[in-house]
Amino acid sequence: MKKSVYFGLYLVVALLAVLPFVVPNSFYLDLVIRMAINAVIVLGLNLLIGFAGQISLGHAGFLGIGAYASAVLPTHFGWHPLLAMGAGAAATGILAALVARPIFKLKGHYLAMATLGLGIIINIALRNEAQWTGGPDGMPVPAMGLFGFELSSDKQWYWVVALLLSVSVWASLNLIDSPFGRALRALHGSEVASQVVGVDVVRYKVAIFVLSAVFASLMGSVTAHYVGFVSPNFADFFHSIELVTMVVIGGMASVYGSLVGAVLLTALPQALATFEGWETVVFGAILMGCMIFLPKGLVPTLAAKFGKGE
Amino acid sequence: MSMLEVKDLSIHFGGVKAVQNVTFNIDSGIVYSVIGPNGAGKTTLFNLITGVYKPTTGEIKLDGEAIHGKSPNQLAERGVARTFQNLQICMNMSAVENVMVGAHLRLDRNLVKAALRFPGLKKGDRELRDEAAQLMDFVGLSQYVETRADAMSYGALKRLEIARALAMKPRLIFLDEPAAGLNPKETIEVDHLVRKIADSGVTVVLVEHDMKMVMNLSDRILVLDYGKKLAEGTGEEIRKNPDVIAAYLGAHA
Repeated sequence: MKKSVYFGLYLVVALLAVLPFVVPNSFYLDLVIRMAINAVIVLGLNLLIGFAGQISLGHAGFLGIGAYASAVLPTHFGWHPLLAMGAGAAATGILAALVARPIFKLKGHYLAMATLGLGIIINIALRNEAQWTGGPDGMPVPAMGLFGFELSSDKQWYWVVALLLSVSVWASLNLIDSPFGRALRALHGSEVASQVVGVDVVRYKVAIFVLSAVFASLMGSVTAHYVGFVSPNFADFFHSIELVTMVVIGGMASVYGSLVGAVLLTALPQALATFEGWETVVFGAILMGCMIFLPKGLVPTLAAKFGKGE
Repeated sequence: MSMLEVKDLSIHFGGVKAVQNVTFNIDSGIVYSVIGPNGAGKTTLFNLITGVYKPTTGEIKLDGEAIHGKSPNQLAERGVARTFQNLQICMNMSAVENVMVGAHLRLDRNLVKAALRFPGLKKGDRELRDEAAQLMDFVGLSQYVETRADAMSYGALKRLEIARALAMKPRLIFLDEPAAGLNPKETIEVDHLVRKIADSGVTVVLVEHDMKMVMNLSDRILVLDYGKKLAEGTGEEIRKNPDVIAAYLGAHA
């Protein structure tokens, strides 16, 4: 990969630096924050789906673990929010590592089914453990504090999320163009070829699955603190599908595609609100159109069209 | 002592005995060819030795150490490289990256260092890229370094596989029909390439249908037929062997 891939990162950083001064009101600022949060989650998921070629239909479950860790541990046990966030990420990592080994003996549809099942189990657990989680009604999340300073206003949250997003883009670009990243892309390209050059494919699949799950858990915690409330819907199957759709629409195996996918799919439901009752239909039609005319996703298709390999 | 010892090796797929009681030894530093009609079990034999399949019975020893049942990546650690008859190129990567993956085991594969872009890692990668470009030059692909793999011709991809295998710095390399599907000019180039690889001290095991190339390159030849060893010896011995003539040309020839 050439130096020019980092040019996009500068663009993203510049855009993030300017945005809060040009958004017209707090509604749009909130929208931008949610776009940025989704973008980080989708980046992590794209490493798994687009680069390593493995599917996860249970990622919202990992988001849920992080979000509920940040809600339950400070509320019921008085943990510091940062500690709770770390505990959620650690628990997610351990769970993902435990289930990944048997799961990655499966391929294709079976892997999709197994991750789907995992997500649903997590969701059911969150719904049923009502004494801790508030059940289907959800529960409020205490504010995030940092060194005696409380994160409360949208502006403050914006800068935190913008920093997280910039660092994630940078780290993803680095990772892809490294020995680890090449091994991931190689096992996607040809599993047997990567094995005979020495790539322990199961280990790499597990590693990227765990990494991507931990990414999701951390961002689940961030979302919970930002919104101030969690409900099981946040961790349900439809949210998992939404995240995968963001990866596919933006472009598999494309860092900037992840951002575009997250931004578009977060904004579309808002933009389509004028269709009153028909918005889901229009939304679906747009997705179908994207898949028919841009099967590789927006960014890779456009990049190929304008002769600029990403 | 031979570098590779194969003893009574068999594999059964259901009722099909693809390889049956095959025994042979390969000395270090030679070019050893495996020939036989289509379906004789040549590729299956390669898959057994390189760990893609597990043998039903029998043993394989590399430098005296039993290696049957080990996974392909464990064999890679022991310096065994291979190419594939049906291309196994990572089409989602550039040509030079395909070669760089071959050096996987020689690199620092740490995830955290990679994500944080440690200078040492970047330096290693730059050196590796130069090395990979040199290897591509060695196999005659210098004009394709920055090309995407999916934009290259079949003949070029065949040689890209060889470059990737060489990036492992192997001691033993298995080439599965490197000249299949190539035109006469490309076949001669591959012939020269295999000779260069052997001259660099790597032990070469070759499966090939091009008899001219096999006779030209091989120090020893193993003939398989219906999964069984039909004959083994030098090119001259194989050429005169009545069983081999019968298998190739029909019993009454």
